[in-house]
Parts: sequence; structure tokens; C-alpha cells
Amino acid sequence: MPKPLISLFSPLAAVGPTAVLILLAALSVPPVMADPSAPRTAWGHPDISGMYNVATLTPLQRPAEFGDTLFLTPEQAEVIQARERAALAAGAQPSDPNRAAPPAGGDGSGGAAGNVGGYNTFWIDRGDGAVLIDGKFRTSIVTDPANGRLPAMTPAGLQAAMARRSAFRENTGEAWWLGMDGPGPYDDPELRPLAERCLLGFGSTSGPPMLPVLYNNLKRIVQTPDHVVIVIEMNHDARVVRLHGEHAPADMRFLMGDSIGWWDGDTLVVDTTNFTRESGLFGATENLHVMERFRRLDPQTLLYSFTVNDPTVWTTPWSGEYAWPATDEQMFEYACHEGNYALGNILRGARLLEADAGQAPAKGER
Amino acid sequence: MKPNSLIITAGLLVWSALLLSAASVAATKATDSGAKSAAGSVTDYVAPRLPGSKLPDLNGIWQALNEANYDIERHLARHSMALRDGPHGPLPAVATLRLGAVGAVPPGLGVVQGGPLPYTPEGLARKLENQRDWLDRDPEIKCYLPGVPRATYMPHPFQLFHSDSAILFAYQYAGAVRDIHLTDPGPAPVDAWMGQSVGSWDGDTLVIEVTAQNDQTWFDRSGNHHSDQLRVVERYTRTGPDHLHYEATIEDPATFTRPWTISMPLYRRMEPDARLLDFRCVEFVEELMFGEWRRQPLTR
Repeated sequence: MPKPLISLFSPLAAVGPTAVLILLAALSVPPVMADPSAPRTAWGHPDISGMYNVATLTPLQRPAEFGDTLFLTPEQAEVIQARERAALAAGAQPSDPNRAAPPAGGDGSGGAAGNVGGYNTFWIDRGDGAVLIDGKFRTSIVTDPANGRLPAMTPAGLQAAMARRSAFRENTGEAWWLGMDGPGPYDDPELRPLAERCLLGFGSTSGPPMLPVLYNNLKRIVQTPDHVVIVIEMNHDARVVRLHGEHAPADMRFLMGDSIGWWDGDTLVVDTTNFTRESGLFGATENLHVMERFRRLDPQTLLYSFTVNDPTVWTTPWSGEYAWPATDEQMFEYACHEGNYALGNILRGARLLEADAGQAPAKGER
Repeated sequence: MKPNSLIITAGLLVWSALLLSAASVAATKATDSGAKSAAGSVTDYVAPRLPGSKLPDLNGIWQALNEANYDIERHLARHSMALRDGPHGPLPAVATLRLGAVGAVPPGLGVVQGGPLPYTPEGLARKLENQRDWLDRDPEIKCYLPGVPRATYMPHPFQLFHSDSAILFAYQYAGAVRDIHLTDPGPAPVDAWMGQSVGSWDGDTLVIEVTAQNDQTWFDRSGNHHSDQLRVVERYTRTGPDHLHYEATIEDPATFTRPWTISMPLYRRMEPDARLLDFRCVEFVEELMFGEWRRQPLTR
């Protein structure tokens, strides 16, 4: 069922035990010199263009059972893949058309298809295989720290994460935020996450760093002599990387940051700064700095590597990498805002729960 | 006079003006065809090639410089996009009154070739309704994706990225994108706000056929509209170092009695640091669309 799958990706897992601090190492894949046989664009750049489906079962952070082991044995990978494929197949069974309505307030189950009678999981597409790089299955996307988990947070980062965790609760049918100090999480649209507002896709699908999420994991790369563009399926966001450009002045801020890039041998290096207060990477601040590297491993696969540095949130930089397999799937339009009935209904629902609790709607004027 | 009849009268006046100036329209058409060579090109200019390729290089940040987004048809300046009856003629509707001159509509020569839009009677009635209910109906007001061709002449730049194997448009307005198929994938399985685009090269002209657009987008702020049977054929041609010629032929038998064509120059953004910026208008319409559900609504 989806719930445990989602929990692997939960950003709250970032609040983990203090990790062993290590100095930032170079990315685990050493730079390679230009390979004359690698595909080239008409103007001679390494060709990394194409459509990629980055869905994977490998979680961002390594489950504790794997310790410092970056690789799964083929047997372990087979067990996990078989288990996940069985769960996906079970979740994709047609819903029973004769099922009863869920009880008022939900049936208590969690997850993407639970509580108030969601349909089956046909719309979930997080892949059915683990990340495979150089013939080895990975236990996590994070490669540094060595335990595959995000590094310790700073006190400020921890405090912000705890506040977010406190606002992330199952719907119990009660306006639990009444009586809290400060604004409640459902008071205003601006207090909802960027993804609920259709300002970006969820789970850092746009990034940077661009991470795999529950569905709509396509990335489209188009190259010109002066730019590399990455279109993120959710929500039709074009990341424009200016080759050999300079960063915008510090007062220019962008939801996906300001990306400049250059070719290092056959590797595209992208440097992104100038983020807004919130961005795609959950918990990061406007001080976020992301370095990304794109390299073709074989005709069907890119290796995507990244290093995240936000000293206001994490005590050390952290890095990860995963494979981007090419696909012949088509990208369709993810028109989020145009169909966003959820945001208004989330706010209306909160007003109803407040009314149930005997709290009269506040009158205008402020 | 009721607002309906006022708008209809205003519309008829514009149409009369168009008829009166039929001679100049004919002259314009003559100039257009005069500029076209036998091969159908709109220019003798030979664009630089995309490095390593035989294709013309259309890469760049481009923008229309006209009033088509207000009204694709020829129009005089008017008080506001939303009007009410005044004692001596139209005045701005209350909802736009405080914008003053900022809310006035700049005049435009129009981008439609050859006269009034060939609406069916039902199509024209709907356009006039749209105009009357502009504030409630224009998808731009809610920051919805603009559709084609409106995306081209929104008052924002767009960036065209292409190689010999890919063509991609990124629009600053609402972050709209179009990935142009170079091989026809067949009919789209579902309609979309930006439709499905299939591109090809006619000499040095990029030709894009756009189908599978939904019926929710408009052509402009004046309520010019279409159905989901819309088919648009766009043509992009370099006419100079910093200019593109843009042409789009619109077919929609459910709304119009015949195909019609718009054309306009597009201009390269020349600033040395020109780039697309964030115009994520979603956050600018949250108060309009969801503000009433705040825990403490603001006075309106």
C-alpha cells in the first residue's frame, strides 16, 4: 500500500539522528575526459538531450538497515523489487464499484488512497526498480554522508522542521490548530505548501536538486549552443540553464533559483543560487546553493549528481546521485492551477471545522 | 442604453470603420503579397544557420510589440476593458474605475488580415457575452495557461530553444511551455490548454500545427474565443538579425465560417542580460480566487 512507500520519501525523515560529520568529498564519480565516441550535438557539445523518466524505488535517504552500504546485492534488489511490484499490482486493482461510502470523517486509514475513500493507485507512478548504476543497485540516492542520510540540522533548521512536522497531521475531523500561538496552518493560502498552491510540483521534482516523486517524473532536456533547458513535467516548469552566464544580482530571486552552467569534459555542471525564501527542496532557505552534474553513462542513461549546501539548515553539505533512464513516453500537460479545486476546499474545510468547534468566522478588517 | 447594446454598437462602429478602410486593407494585403517570393517566403533575408546544421537559427528571446492581447482586431482606444453606461457614452466599469488611465485600452491597428473575424452568428453572440462579462470570464485574469496563438503576443517575452532534433517554447507568462513534436504522434489522447504541437520546416520557415487545444482559452481580452475544434497553423520566419515574422492561420468550423489569419513581427529582446524572469501569476490571483476562504477575510 502506498503509505509505507511514501514514508520512504517523507521529508520529515530529514530530522534524523545526528550523522557522522565528514568533510565534503568530491562526487563519487570521478570526472572523465571528453570521450570522442560520445554522442555530440551539431555544434559539438556532448549530447544529453532527450526524455527521461526518473521514477525509482530507491529512496532519497537510506533505510537504517543498510547502514553504510551504498549497494544492494542482486538478491536484495530482487526481493525489494518483487515486493514493491506486488504492492503496486495490488494497489492497482480496480476499485469495487459497489463499495459503501466511507464513514463520516474518514475510515482512519492513511496514505494517498486512504481515509475518505480514494480510488485505486493507477495514478501513482514511482517506478518499479531500484537505481542501477554501473551494474549495481543503490540503497539510497544520498551518497554523502556515507550513511546515506541527510546531515544534522542546525538549531534554526531543526526548529523550522519541528514546526512543519507539528502542522503535518492526519485529519481527525477537528480544528486542532485553534488555541495555537500564531497563525494556524490553514488560515491563508500563502501558508500552504508551494505544491498545494500549484507554484511548483511537490517533493523537489523541479528542484534543484531534482528528486524522484510519487508520479509525473518525466524530464525533458533540450540543448542549444547557449542554453540547456530542463522541462519538469510537474508543473510544466522550464529550468533554463545559461551556459557561460553569470549569476543574476543578489536581489533577483527565482523559485527554482538562477542556474548557470558549463561543460567540464563530457559533464554538464550547473550552479544554482538566488533562490526564494521557499523553493522546491523542502526545508531549504534562500541561502540554498546547489551544484548539479549531468553525464551520459550509456546511450540510454544519464547520471545525475548533485551537492546541496544551505548552511542555515544543514551543518554540512550533502550529495546524491541517481540514474536517469531515457524513455519514449510522451510528456503531457500538467495544468495544476487550472484544476486546483483542492486549495480552496482545504481552506473551506478548515473554516467548517472551526465552525464545528463553535468558533464564529472572523469578521473582515485587518 | 443598456450595456449590451452599448457594446454591440461599439462593435458595429469598429466594423464600419473597417469597411470604410477596406481600401487600406487591400493595400496592406498587396504589400504583404508583394513581399512574398514565389517560394512563399516573406523575406529575402537569409538567416544565419544553427551551428553545424542547415537549419536557420531561430533561437532567442522574442516578444510581440503590439496591442493584440487587448484586441486582435483593429480598435480605437477605449475607457476600459470593462465598460458601463455613462450619461454621455461609455465609462469604466466600477471594478476597473480606480485604475484611471492605467486601465484604459491602447488603440491598435489589429493583427487580423482582411477584415472582421468571420464569426458564425452564435460565435459572435458568445464573443459579445464574453466582452460584457470580461472580468469573470477572461482566462488571463485567473492566470490560466494562454493557449496558442495568444501565448505569442502576451505582453511578456518567450524564449525559443531549438536544435536539429528538438524545438521548445518557454513563455514567461504563467510559465507556459510547448515541446514541439518533430514526428507526428497522431491525434492527442486528451485536449490541453496549450494543445499538441507538431513542427516541420518549409524552407527556412518553421511551421507548427497545433491541435487538441481545449475550449477554455481566448484570443485576447476582448472575448474573442474558439471551440475545441480549433486548429492553428503557425509560421515563424527570420526576417532580419533581430526580427521574426509570425503568422497563424486559425480554423474552427464550430465558431467561424472560414479560416482567418493573423500576422505580426516579433522582436528580439536586445538587453545584454535579457532572460525570462519568474512571472508565476498563480500567487497573484490567490486573493481573487481563494481570499474569501481566509480565516480572516480581508475587506473588499
